[in-house]
Amino acid sequence: MIKYLVRRLLYAIPVLLGVNLITFILFFSVNSPDDMARAYLGQKYITQATIEQWKKSHGYDLPMFYNSEVSGIAKLKETLFFKKSLSLFAFDFGQSDSGRNIGDDIRHRMFPSLAIAIPSLLLGLFLNMMVALLLVFFRNTYIETTGVILCIVLMSISGLFYIIFGQFFVAKLWRLVPISGYLSGIDGLKFLILPVLVAIFSGLGMGARWYRSLFLEEIFKDYVRTARAKGMTEHMILLKHVLRNALIPILTGVVVLIPSLFLGSLLLESFFGVPGLGSYTIDAINQQDFAIVRAMIFLGSLLYILGLVLTDFSYTLVDPRVRLE
Amino acid sequence: MAVGCRFLWIGIFFCLFLGGCKEKALNSPHPQESPSDNTVYSAFLERPKTLDPAKSYSLEENTFIAQIYEPPLEYHYLLRPYELIPLTVTALPKVEYFSENNQLLPDNAPTKKVAYSTYTLHIKPHIEYSPHPAFVKDKNGNYIYHFLSEEEAKDISTLKDFKKKATRELTAEDYVYEIKRLADPQVSSPIYGFLSEYILGMKEYSKELEKIRKENAGRFLDLRRYPFKGAVATDKYTYRIFIKGKYPQFIHWLAMPFFSPMPWEADEFYSQSNLQKRNITLDWYPIGTGPYFMKENNPNQQIVLEKNPNYHEDPYPTKGMPEDVKRGLLKDAGKMLPFVHRYVFNLEKESLPYWNKFLQGYYDRSGITADNYDTAIQVSELGGIELTKTFKNRGIQLNTSTDPSIYYLGFNMLDPIVGGYGEKAGYLRQAISIALNMEEYISIFLNGRGLPAQGPIPEGIFGYEAGEKGINPFVYTWKQSHIERLPLEVAKQLLAKAGYPNGQDEKTGKPLILNYDAVSNGNPDERAMMEWMRKQFSKLNIQLYVRATNYNRFQEKLRTGNAQIFFLGWSADYPDPENFLFLLYGPNGKVKYGGENATNYENPLYDESFLKMKNELDTKKRLELIQTMLGLVRKDSPWVWGFYPKTFILSHQWVGPTKPNVFARNSLKYLRIQPERRKDLQELWNPPIFWPLYFILGIFFLLLLPVVIRYIKKQRASAERFKDD
Repeated sequence: MIKYLVRRLLYAIPVLLGVNLITFILFFSVNSPDDMARAYLGQKYITQATIEQWKKSHGYDLPMFYNSEVSGIAKLKETLFFKKSLSLFAFDFGQSDSGRNIGDDIRHRMFPSLAIAIPSLLLGLFLNMMVALLLVFFRNTYIETTGVILCIVLMSISGLFYIIFGQFFVAKLWRLVPISGYLSGIDGLKFLILPVLVAIFSGLGMGARWYRSLFLEEIFKDYVRTARAKGMTEHMILLKHVLRNALIPILTGVVVLIPSLFLGSLLLESFFGVPGLGSYTIDAINQQDFAIVRAMIFLGSLLYILGLVLTDFSYTLVDPRVRLE
Repeated sequence: MAVGCRFLWIGIFFCLFLGGCKEKALNSPHPQESPSDNTVYSAFLERPKTLDPAKSYSLEENTFIAQIYEPPLEYHYLLRPYELIPLTVTALPKVEYFSENNQLLPDNAPTKKVAYSTYTLHIKPHIEYSPHPAFVKDKNGNYIYHFLSEEEAKDISTLKDFKKKATRELTAEDYVYEIKRLADPQVSSPIYGFLSEYILGMKEYSKELEKIRKENAGRFLDLRRYPFKGAVATDKYTYRIFIKGKYPQFIHWLAMPFFSPMPWEADEFYSQSNLQKRNITLDWYPIGTGPYFMKENNPNQQIVLEKNPNYHEDPYPTKGMPEDVKRGLLKDAGKMLPFVHRYVFNLEKESLPYWNKFLQGYYDRSGITADNYDTAIQVSELGGIELTKTFKNRGIQLNTSTDPSIYYLGFNMLDPIVGGYGEKAGYLRQAISIALNMEEYISIFLNGRGLPAQGPIPEGIFGYEAGEKGINPFVYTWKQSHIERLPLEVAKQLLAKAGYPNGQDEKTGKPLILNYDAVSNGNPDERAMMEWMRKQFSKLNIQLYVRATNYNRFQEKLRTGNAQIFFLGWSADYPDPENFLFLLYGPNGKVKYGGENATNYENPLYDESFLKMKNELDTKKRLELIQTMLGLVRKDSPWVWGFYPKTFILSHQWVGPTKPNVFARNSLKYLRIQPERRKDLQELWNPPIFWPLYFILGIFFLLLLPVVIRYIKKQRASAERFKDD
């Protein structure tokens, strides 16, 4: 298994290199270093001399991929791509274009993202599975039909609506929680209630329907019939056998998500004023801060690959027949 | 037992939740603060890029910087027209003019004879910096935090983690140090390029520093060791700035944060790599002599300013305008500033939460977005604007002011169709100026928050004239105490004279097609604006093709002269007509010279008058020159004179009277609040409503009932259970 994991991690290198290269090309085909300088310096009284000065001090005065003015290996090393993108492989995120240490920012901002993402994932997963099991338990009854219709209604509503609805009713009219904001520690608990509820309910419709279909696939299998024949109650069959056997596809969907929880939610963080990594990425794109954009894309890709490896690994835990070779 | 445990957990959760709220309302976004403290709660909409006064050039960042750093001069808070007054200096700078052979010239010496001018400033003694670790010394006089090892820095994550803090007196050398920083290539000040055209020897100094930095890569560079001929400290409290030729507007720059003092100790302290990798830099932890210091800086969430314990004597103004007395703005005359002890700014990226928190009383002041305009503002019986009844009942106050800004539709004067200086080209631009109904634009897109512009100079700036005298006769006419747009018929006649009768080229018979270059971010409002623009042109049968692009490409089009018609704005840096009229000065053209004249307008008569006007004081002669220039540009119409925007600010009843002053960037020190009143009203406005919660729970249990019944039935059933198998 170790061999397998090492091989998977080695595969990650060309993938990450490719992601880096594509990010680099895409970013610089939209924003030139001059545009970045203008975005940072503002629009007033900006002369070419000021722009050149900014580019030099931020290392954007180098050629993109090949430096013909130097000799030897420096031809490749003294380039924008090498200096700005390849250093990421050493987990050196460097400084943002506004001079902040990106590594330090990521370390600080991942906790607010996790504060929302972890309870949302765990509670959401629990609720989705419970609703799905309930629908399966009452299959072919009006309860199932009503439940499925409700799920479709929940799915059809935009995530933004849940946010505005929650902020308007729960926070503004009923005044039960703050409209937005974030605070670490026990005092900050009340800031998490609304975004977590919004995250859970906006995903409930889709999650419950998906899990329902997984459980329904299992419920007609022979081992379920055998269990029934042995006299097990229906709810015990669902909880002990069906749930366990449906875990593989559930894990595929969930474990892959775990590492990317660090990256936060773009929409929730913006509307609820949570200083997480989701809003960090959006701000960087708006401010044309390439240093942050490349770091976040690199981190995102890395976490995604890690998620896939973890998923493979988790198969062996839930299904002893699976072996990683 | 299991049920008991569940209830115990729910109980613990609610205790934590309510315990976290202490005695405050459940929805309070400031659970760690007390509403009865002398603290103002406000918000910032975007994370600042930098708080270094040499780098920052944004109004939002100035909200923080200008309260901490003190340039030598400031604008009088109450007097209008805007007046410069000393802040950290004993008097306004002494300006002297010199010839090429260093001979002192009289004040009225002709501009051509002036080789350079000097600005001499004397600082008030005993002004001290706010407490900062950069100033802490040991018994031997060595700075204890200037050379921190990784081990010593390991427990430090913010400036608060330094146990000791100290101060020192402000000196003239600190001001000179900052001017040197403006030239430093490592700092990359946005105004370096501009100021290097004016400050003597700045370009050479910048090159010298670049060379020295290369030789000393990675080491701290103490700029005191490298003299600069453009700025010199002559003694502990006096310094001089040397300006090329005559540049009377330079005095206004001395009221901007760029010219704030910077102690060398701070530069050395922040140059430590151990601190930089922890984001403890001058960009994020300002150090100044101003009324406030930065207590907390989390630019991603919250910024807290607190009263500087070392703040020098600074009394509230004793002079004001006659209406200021009536509004109670002189009640505090002579009292020491600042009044508010603490400012808490929260990052609010979305306008809706900001607005709702303001209505709940958790923010003290707010602007009004277009979405909320009708909730707050209504048209009064007299046709003016006033607050709605709900807002009046809440005691909310409305402050309106016209911004020293202008938004306009520009014609690229280098363009073969809309540009040029012939009579016909002028008629075309004039016709479009009449057809483009800016009053309608202001009404639709700004909820009436704007004044139709009559020229480049907005209200409140010398040269602006209200009433009949100030109208643009090429677009408006004066009718019984109000302006009226010329009828569309006039525009059509002008269009025909321009060679496009009924919107068709008289030579080719083809329809006139013009291109409107616009920035598009995918915002739905933009589409409505573009559609509106098309309709305005179609009144003259002109087909308008909208070329929407992103901001970078749009700017590139302007720089290369590839834009034909475009919408732009300008906000003043200082209250002088030169700061608007230079936008049409020929040698400031964007394509040829890379300046701010985006339309590339070039009129020798205008340029000549501009140079004369620039060096004049606000006299009758200057006004005449301005009128001549306005006459020229109104006739040539390189801009459709758009509008001067208005700002509406709402304040709760516990906020003292304020006077909008965009140039007095340090105006937070004048604000006063009644925190006890706020506390009472916050409690009154925010009682939690629990019944909907019980209602939802009731509905939930009600829905659960058939499920439970069905479950029991199903458990009791036998063979039926397996019928779907």
